Amino acid sequence: MIPELGHFALALAFAIAVAQAALPLWGAQTRDARLMAAGPALAAGQFLAVLTAFFALMWSYAVSDFSVVNVAENSHSLKPLLYKLTGTWGNHEGSLLLWCTMLAGCGAAVAGFGRGLPTALRARVIGVLGLVAAGFLLFALTTSNPFDRLWPPPDDGRDLNPLLQDPGLAFHPPLLYAGYVGFSVAFAFAVAALIEGRVDAAWGRWVRPWTLAAWSLLTGGIALGSWWAYYELGWGGYWFWDPVENASLLPWLTGTALLHSAIVVEKRDALRIWTVLLAIATFSFSLLGTFLVRSGVLNSVHAFANDPARGLFILVLLALTIGGALALFAWRAPGMAPTGLFAPISREGALVLNNILLCSMAAVVATGTMYPLFADFLFGHKLSVGAPFFNATVLPLAAPLLAAMAVGPVLAWKRARLEEAARRLWPAALVAAAVGLAAGFGWSAVPALGFAGAAWLIGGAVVDIAGRARWSMARLAGIPRAAWGGAVAHAGLGVTVAGIAGMTLAVDRSVLLHPGESAGLGGYDWRLIAVADGRGPNFSLRQARIEVTRSGDHVVTLTPQRRFYPVQRMTTTEAAIHTTGLADIYAVLGEERDGAAVLRLHLNPLAPWIWIGALIMALGGALSLSDRRLRVGAPARRRAALPAGARPA
Amino acid sequence: MNRRWLLAAPLGIAAAAGAGFYAMLARMNEGRFDPRGVPSALLDKPAPVTSLPALDGHQGWTDADLRKGGAPLLVNFFASWCVPCVIEHPQLMTLSRQGVRILGVAYRDKPADSARFLAQRGNPFAGVVSDAEGRASLEWGLYGVPETYLLDGAARVRWRMAGPVTEEILADQLQPLLRRIA
Repeated sequence: MIPELGHFALALAFAIAVAQAALPLWGAQTRDARLMAAGPALAAGQFLAVLTAFFALMWSYAVSDFSVVNVAENSHSLKPLLYKLTGTWGNHEGSLLLWCTMLAGCGAAVAGFGRGLPTALRARVIGVLGLVAAGFLLFALTTSNPFDRLWPPPDDGRDLNPLLQDPGLAFHPPLLYAGYVGFSVAFAFAVAALIEGRVDAAWGRWVRPWTLAAWSLLTGGIALGSWWAYYELGWGGYWFWDPVENASLLPWLTGTALLHSAIVVEKRDALRIWTVLLAIATFSFSLLGTFLVRSGVLNSVHAFANDPARGLFILVLLALTIGGALALFAWRAPGMAPTGLFAPISREGALVLNNILLCSMAAVVATGTMYPLFADFLFGHKLSVGAPFFNATVLPLAAPLLAAMAVGPVLAWKRARLEEAARRLWPAALVAAAVGLAAGFGWSAVPALGFAGAAWLIGGAVVDIAGRARWSMARLAGIPRAAWGGAVAHAGLGVTVAGIAGMTLAVDRSVLLHPGESAGLGGYDWRLIAVADGRGPNFSLRQARIEVTRSGDHVVTLTPQRRFYPVQRMTTTEAAIHTTGLADIYAVLGEERDGAAVLRLHLNPLAPWIWIGALIMALGGALSLSDRRLRVGAPARRRAALPAGARPA
Repeated sequence: MNRRWLLAAPLGIAAAAGAGFYAMLARMNEGRFDPRGVPSALLDKPAPVTSLPALDGHQGWTDADLRKGGAPLLVNFFASWCVPCVIEHPQLMTLSRQGVRILGVAYRDKPADSARFLAQRGNPFAGVVSDAEGRASLEWGLYGVPETYLLDGAARVRWRMAGPVTEEILADQLQPLLRRIA
């Protein structure tokens, strides 16, 4: 009964989405206030319907209703309840439903928070979101229905991949999707602006909070995924340039560029066409990631049940969404007059440099990800592109970006002087040079440069805030939250860069130890005490106890595990990680032979900083989002021409 | 006019990519294109002549070792920079312990990095050579790393796995084949 209810709600949501697309868009075109006013209610209704479907599926997972194919294939009665629930989105159909839920949520958010927008713009944004949602709901209903029944139901389910039974991964997809899907709002704003044929400072201000929210969520999602890979896969690495990781990095890079170029639109009424293109590109990259993962086109460790027929449907959907938006862009953008010639040494000049570098990085990553695929297809060349390519191409672009990042915020708008920036930034430069030199002794150049860059970024953020406060508590309190947010996010990247630089100094060693024996690594003494058997809820395990000491003092006892999941006949390694804040002490239990165990020991300096930095970045975004100016909204343009019923901000 | 073309360029790029993806999917459906790639050019043909230098500090292997005959053997291409190779490695160790001869090729990798990879994770190879320029990959028609070939006693390629040999593939495909050929 509940699954049928969910199925019905999903079909209902599709019908509402079609209306949500048609009525407001038509109303905005014909200036029909009643049709436009239908948009918000329809958006809220669609969200309610999809949410019902989503909870219906989650219910089926919670009660282990194996007569639903999706549950039978991806769950198991013995699984802990948390993972039953998170299993809802651990598969293709369920994750698509989650995607649709979030898309509908974006529409409802615009309906709820967008009251200050001009009625026509709001109607168009909601209409475009409805159009995209209708496409995805149709996709779910026709090719990926999560509510298909199975009769007779099997006695028990086929379990969820044990690698996915982990809190980090359970919450990584929702966060990541929220980021991906969140960019749909910026996309809808861009398409609406193209239909209207006008982009101005107010548009830049309206787009920014949505972009900020999506960007913060995506930052958190990517960081969570990377953290999961770090502790669950037990390889000691945190970023593998896997095609699916790259697919999530692309919208992040262009989204970061969008975040900054929207400021130029708002403050200087320039870069308008470029910003519209970035908004379209960012959501397009989000969609492209979905297509690549689900069509089986890309070879990756991230597995979904792949199906070329599904791929074809997504491709058509993408062609309509991206192709339609870009065709509109090619048609309407030439009509927008280019504005804003500005001096290279200025705040907006620095933001242009930021855009150039970020988009170059995106181009390089896209090339590295797609080239093997197209080379295989066009020329039959079989090749793979790995970390060496990405490190060699992305790092040279990242270095000038980091260097310019501290300078940009202290430059004045319109026309700035480098001497003035240098006068303010010298303390940061001094600290960076000192850190770089100190790190340069004993270690090689790359980590030293990394540490110097990190100090430069954090120092630059401090100088930025100090410069605004100028030793006055009153002025410090008066600094707008948006400025705080920017400084915090920049410093957060500095923390991440320090973590990445620290990880280049990571040491590891594989040892074969009998109980009682010990090995040394990184100034610590690692003694294997015992290896024993144990049981978990749906797995059996083998656990080693390792006592780590430093010059005789007890530091920590690590218990790395090897788990065996009998239902899926799959073994996973659970690395034991102890963090001191300055380094991770990390141990993995390997094979055993003749009473001895193979242990892989890692000492990862500053590793946790990578994710702490990402968290700080996301918090910076949230801080900026809480700025009063963004909440209250811009002074409405065309105030006199506002149709009745719209509330001027 | 120029500006109009410039602003249409994104549409052009997206259209070209879309056409490419469409052609890929169409050929995948017809079975003529498989990005996970098991093109069968070498299947049931003799293994290509391979002569590569030994990986520094390790026992190498020669073309004669490929064609010695007798028991079936595996040829495995790997690299230290390749993530799926890490997933695959325990299965290679298992095979090696069962007495299956595996000849390794370190593909486009710094010898020191390959050596460290083997030192850390164990060395399952009876011999391992270094293909720093990817020369042998051309002869073998390598798709990427990891990639594994099963050769029978007459040095004919009987099976090929482009991508990691997972536990399932080992149990469901490779082990039965090994039993059948041996």
